[in-house]
Amino acid sequence: MIEVDVLVVGGGPAGMNAALAVADAGATVLLVDRFYKLGGQLVKQTHKFFGWADRGAGTRGFHLAEDLAQKVKSHPNIRLLMGHELIGAYADGTYIAATWDAHVKIKAKKAIMCTGAAERMITFENNDLPGVMGAGAVQTLMNEYGVMPGQRYLIVGSGNVGVILAYQLLQAGAQVDAIVDVLPKLGGAYWVHAAKVQRLGVPLLLRRTITGVYGDGRVEKAVTVAVDERFEPVPGTEMEHHVDVVALAVGLMPLADVFQAAGVKTVYVPELGGFVPWHDELGHTTCPDIYVAEDAGGIEEATTASLGGTLAGLTAAKELGYPVDEKAVEQYLKSLESFRDSSLSQKVKEGLNKLRSGEHA
Amino acid sequence: MLEIDGFPTIEDVRTTLPSEERLARGPVAVHECFQDIPCNPCVASCPVGAISMEKLTSQPIIDHDRCTGCGSCVSACPGLAIFLLWKKGEKAQVTIPYEMLNAPTPGETVEGLDRYGRPVCEASVVRVVRMPSLDKRSKTMLVTLEVDAAYMLDVRSFRKG
Repeated sequence: MIEVDVLVVGGGPAGMNAALAVADAGATVLLVDRFYKLGGQLVKQTHKFFGWADRGAGTRGFHLAEDLAQKVKSHPNIRLLMGHELIGAYADGTYIAATWDAHVKIKAKKAIMCTGAAERMITFENNDLPGVMGAGAVQTLMNEYGVMPGQRYLIVGSGNVGVILAYQLLQAGAQVDAIVDVLPKLGGAYWVHAAKVQRLGVPLLLRRTITGVYGDGRVEKAVTVAVDERFEPVPGTEMEHHVDVVALAVGLMPLADVFQAAGVKTVYVPELGGFVPWHDELGHTTCPDIYVAEDAGGIEEATTASLGGTLAGLTAAKELGYPVDEKAVEQYLKSLESFRDSSLSQKVKEGLNKLRSGEHA
Repeated sequence: MLEIDGFPTIEDVRTTLPSEERLARGPVAVHECFQDIPCNPCVASCPVGAISMEKLTSQPIIDHDRCTGCGSCVSACPGLAIFLLWKKGEKAQVTIPYEMLNAPTPGETVEGLDRYGRPVCEASVVRVVRMPSLDKRSKTMLVTLEVDAAYMLDVRSFRKG
């Protein structure tokens, strides 16, 4: 059994920043991640990040991950348990982390859940044919393992994940047939991300969705169709795409099951991506010993995940009796506010308001 | 249109253009950043303080008279949304941030592409520089193309022949 002050679940930007905040305050931390490497989604990102120039903006995602991982690994108060997945959370502060053939019992006074999100899938004919995969899976194969899952790609969904995947595929020398989106306009991608992909010749096909994939044992062809205002297919507008991979980038859904297992109240908020644990801006949930930092608390992005992780870490450390700089907490809250002072954060802000007001408060 | 597919119209582009006189004087930075992204590396990257921003989520304002056309911001911009323009009489030079393998070589003739990736004219590669970003590990290639001046506002990409 491992006994620690704080268990942090998830080694992405939120989890690593939470662990560092707790450890810097003097408490002991166990950081558990199911992958063999720290960094979460940052590891897969080749683009330079937006944000504050004096806080890492302009640095490529995988470099941000390396910098944070270096700090986490060298911190004397942080112990790592990689390749383990959290499979149990009990009311008395006992947690179980497991590999395929062994498990570890953990006793922690506090736990900060930074479990992130899972990719959504959509239904279409033969969508179980090899070659249909999540955009994140393509990024993991390509950027983590150095394996190209195919040569010609159709991407479904024009949020940041979809257009960034298209760009990375071009960087890796693959061909991107098109990005399709059922919406009449970009599905949430930053205009500049969408622009840099399209000027390299990738068409963005709006008001169009995938109806099926076909091939002998693997994807050889995908078919898309235009949709009308009510998202109904328009007969006669079918298009064939000769691709060997269809990458789905149709949204993310917070990984909230661990909160449900631990008895934390979860609320369905579409603006935040689905079921999320009720939480305040310091990461408190309805259980006093369990904290959350996004994306598990709402789909956003890496800078807000980092800030949220730090805030949850500082809060947990303080509530364990470790000295925490209150001014720093104020500063991080202000930073979060100024980062979200943008039309791009409108949806998240609406979701958080909904979560924290009315019947869920 | 920006809201539909992320592209500025020519009217949008004109709102951030320098004067004809400045365009003729030498390379000058022009941004195509029209969304309130919380981001400011361009401001920090400018060695002469020519780029300002009201707050983190504002669009950058480039003081074209102060800008020396050094290209630091072109390399620093995470959105690859800053370019250098120089109108040299009948010809124009357009400097584009480029992050792909298969770099072009100076003297090579390539196809100049517009914002939609459509071929618009022939372009010759004048210069290829690998420039460090704010994070010194992150270099970005700046490719300078020479095109007919008529295409200066259209060419924002290229394809090797």
